[in-house]
Amino acid sequence: MTTIESSPEVAALASPDASTARAATLITDWFASTDHKHIGRLYLAGGLLGLLAAVVLNVVLAVERLDGNTFSIDSGALSQLIDAQRVALVFGTLLPLAMAMCVAVVPLQLGARAIAFPRLASSGFWMWFGGLVLTIVALVNDGGTLGGEADMVDLYIVGLGLMAIGLTASAGALATSVLTTRAPGMTMRRIPPFAWSALVFSLGIVLVMPVFVGTLTYLFLDHRNSRTGFGGNSAIYEWAGWLFTQPASFLFAIPALGVFAEVLPVTFKQRMPARGVMLSGLALVGVAAFAGVTQQRLHNDPVPFVQFNLLPVLGMLLIIVVAMLVARPRRGMQVKVNPGFIFAVFGFGMILVGMLGGVLYAIDDLDLQGTVFEEATLIFLVYGAALGAMGAVVYWAPKLWGRSLNVVFVAPLALLGGAATFLAAFPLYIAGFLGQPAGLAYADSDFEVWNVLALLGHALMAATVVCFLGALIATITGRSDAVGDDPWEAQTLEWATSSPAPRDNFIQLPIVQSAEPLLDEQQPTGSTDRSEV
Amino acid sequence: MQALSAGPAPAPQRQMLVGVSLAIVAMTMLVGGMLAVWSQQRTQAIDDTGTWLPDGVTVPEVPTNVMLMAFVGICVFGQWAVYAAKNDDRGHAAFALACTAFVGLLVINAQAFVYHEMGLGISDGTYAAMFYGITGLFMLLMIVGVVFSAVTAFRYIGGRVHDSEIVVAHALYWYAIAVVYAAVWFVVYVTK
Repeated sequence: MTTIESSPEVAALASPDASTARAATLITDWFASTDHKHIGRLYLAGGLLGLLAAVVLNVVLAVERLDGNTFSIDSGALSQLIDAQRVALVFGTLLPLAMAMCVAVVPLQLGARAIAFPRLASSGFWMWFGGLVLTIVALVNDGGTLGGEADMVDLYIVGLGLMAIGLTASAGALATSVLTTRAPGMTMRRIPPFAWSALVFSLGIVLVMPVFVGTLTYLFLDHRNSRTGFGGNSAIYEWAGWLFTQPASFLFAIPALGVFAEVLPVTFKQRMPARGVMLSGLALVGVAAFAGVTQQRLHNDPVPFVQFNLLPVLGMLLIIVVAMLVARPRRGMQVKVNPGFIFAVFGFGMILVGMLGGVLYAIDDLDLQGTVFEEATLIFLVYGAALGAMGAVVYWAPKLWGRSLNVVFVAPLALLGGAATFLAAFPLYIAGFLGQPAGLAYADSDFEVWNVLALLGHALMAATVVCFLGALIATITGRSDAVGDDPWEAQTLEWATSSPAPRDNFIQLPIVQSAEPLLDEQQPTGSTDRSEV
Repeated sequence: MQALSAGPAPAPQRQMLVGVSLAIVAMTMLVGGMLAVWSQQRTQAIDDTGTWLPDGVTVPEVPTNVMLMAFVGICVFGQWAVYAAKNDDRGHAAFALACTAFVGLLVINAQAFVYHEMGLGISDGTYAAMFYGITGLFMLLMIVGVVFSAVTAFRYIGGRVHDSEIVVAHALYWYAIAVVYAAVWFVVYVTK
C-alpha cells in the first residue's frame, strides 16, 4: 500500500484559506526574508532603479546645461534636481549596488549557510529604502540643501540619516560574516578577492557613516530650532557634502575593484600569483580613502591634501601589477572571456580615471575647485562602479537566478557602457580645466561643445542601463537558458553549490585547503597559496 | 558539491563578540565625530563672542559626576555577570545583569535631572541644539544598553546558561559606553 502524506505547508496551501496563506507567504518572503541572496536582490533592484534615475537626472541636467544662459526648468526646481543628482549617484546607485553584490555573493564565497545577523542586514535594506523614499518626498516638495520649505529640508536630512544608518547596519552584518562565518580551512589569506573587497568596503562604511549621521543630527536640530550655528539649510552641503565627493566615494567603489580582481584569474584560467599584493592593493585603496575622509577641509597644512587622494591610486597600481602578472602571455595560455570580465575591466578603468581626476582636483594651482571637474570625477566613479556591478550581475547571475544573461546581447553593452561613461565625464574634465563653473550656468559659449558631448555620453549610458535591465528581466523571468553549476569554470566556493544556490547555500560545508578550492582537484600541485605551508 | 570533501559544521567564531565590537567602533566614530564638531563650534563661538555657554545656564556638576561614578558600578556589575556566567552560576549572572540594567536606568534618570536643572530650551541657540544632540544620542545608546542587559538576562533566566559569549559582549558594550561617557563628560561638562 502506498501512502502519500502532505507536508503541513502543502496542506495549508490546499485549504480554503490557501489564498490567505499564499499572500502571507509572499509578504513574508518579500518583506521579512533573511536569506542573504534575497536581501542582495532587493538592494540590486533598488540600486539599478537608482542608477536609471541618476542617468535620467544627468540627461535632464545635461540638456539644461547645453545653453549656459537660459533654462527651461524653473530655477527653484533646478536646485532640487542638483540635490537629487547627488543623492541618486551616491545613495541611490553607488552604495546600494555595492552592497547588493556583497550581501548576495559574499556568504556563498565564504562557504557560509547564511549571512551573520540576517535580520540586521534585512532591516538595513528597509531603512535604506525608507530613507530613500523620504528623501525623494522631501526633494519633490521643495526640500533639499537649497529648498524653501523648512519641514521638507528637515525631512531631507532625516532621509539621508536613515539611509546612512541602514547601510551601516547591513555593512556590520557583512563584515561580521567575513570575519566569523568562513568555511573550515578558509583563512583570511584564502578568502576570495571580492569577499576581501567587501570586508574593506563594509569596514569603511562602519567607520565613515556614523560620523555622517552625527553631523546630520546636529544639522537637523540646528535647522529645526535656532538655525544659528550651522547657517541654515544652505550649510548642509558644506557640513555633510563630503560624503558625496572624493575621497569618500573611492571607498564605496571598492567592491567594483573586487569584481575585477575576482573575475581576472577565472578569465585567464590560472591561480592568482602574488595574491597578498592584490589583497594589499584593495586594502590600501580603502585605508587611504578613509585617511582622506578624515581630512575633509581641503587644507594643505601640515600634509598637502593631494597626498590623501594620491594614496588610493597607489593601491590601484598594486592591483594593476598583479593583473599584468595574471594576464602575461605564457605557453599553453587559455583565455575564456566572459561578459562580466569586460564590464569589470571597463569599470576598473573608469574608477581609475576618476581617482586620477581626484588627485588633480586637489592640486590648488590647477584652480579646478569650484568647476565642473568635481562632478566629472564623481560620474567616472559612479558609472565605473555601476559597470563593475553590472559585471558582477552577469558573472554571478547563475547563482542568483539559475540562468545566465544573454552573452551575445550583454557583451556589446559593456563596450557601450564604457564609451558612454568616458563620453559623459571626460568632456567635463576638459571644461573644468577651461574654467566652466560648477552648476548649470556659464557665460562662455566655448564650453557648449563639451556639454554636448557629455549629454551624448549620458544618453548612451541611459540606453546601456535600459538594455541591461531588459536583459536582466528576461533572465529573471526565465527567457534565457538555464546553466550548469559552474559555467565559467571558476575557482571559488560559490561555484561548488547548485545553480541557483539553495536557501541555505550548501548542503554540506566544504573544507578549504587553498585559496582556489575548485582548482585543487584539477591542478592538485599548482597551488600558490603560501598560507598552506 | 563539486569534488570537495565535506567538513563538520564550523565552530561558532565569536559572532556576537565581533558584531558588538563593530557596533562599538561605529559608536566611537559617531560620538567622536560629534565631539569634534562640538569642539570646533565652541572654539568658533569663543573667538567670535568670547563665550560658549549661554548666559544664565549652569551645568549641574553633581549629577554629571555621579553619572561618571555610576559607570564604575556598571562595569563592575557587567564583569560580575561574565564571571558568574563562566562559572555556570545562573542566579548571580541574572542578578548582576539586572543590576547593570538598573544602574543604567539610574544614569538615564540622572541625565533627565540634568536637563531639568539646566532649564535650557532646545531652541535657545547653537549650544542648546548641540547639547541636546550629543547628550540625546548618548541617552539613545544608554537605552540600547539597558535593552541589551534585559535581553541577556532573560536569555539566562530562560535557561541558555552555556552561552556566555553574549554576556562577554554585553560587558564589552558597557565598557565602551563608559569610555564614551568619560569623553562626553570631559568635553561637554568639564571644559564646558
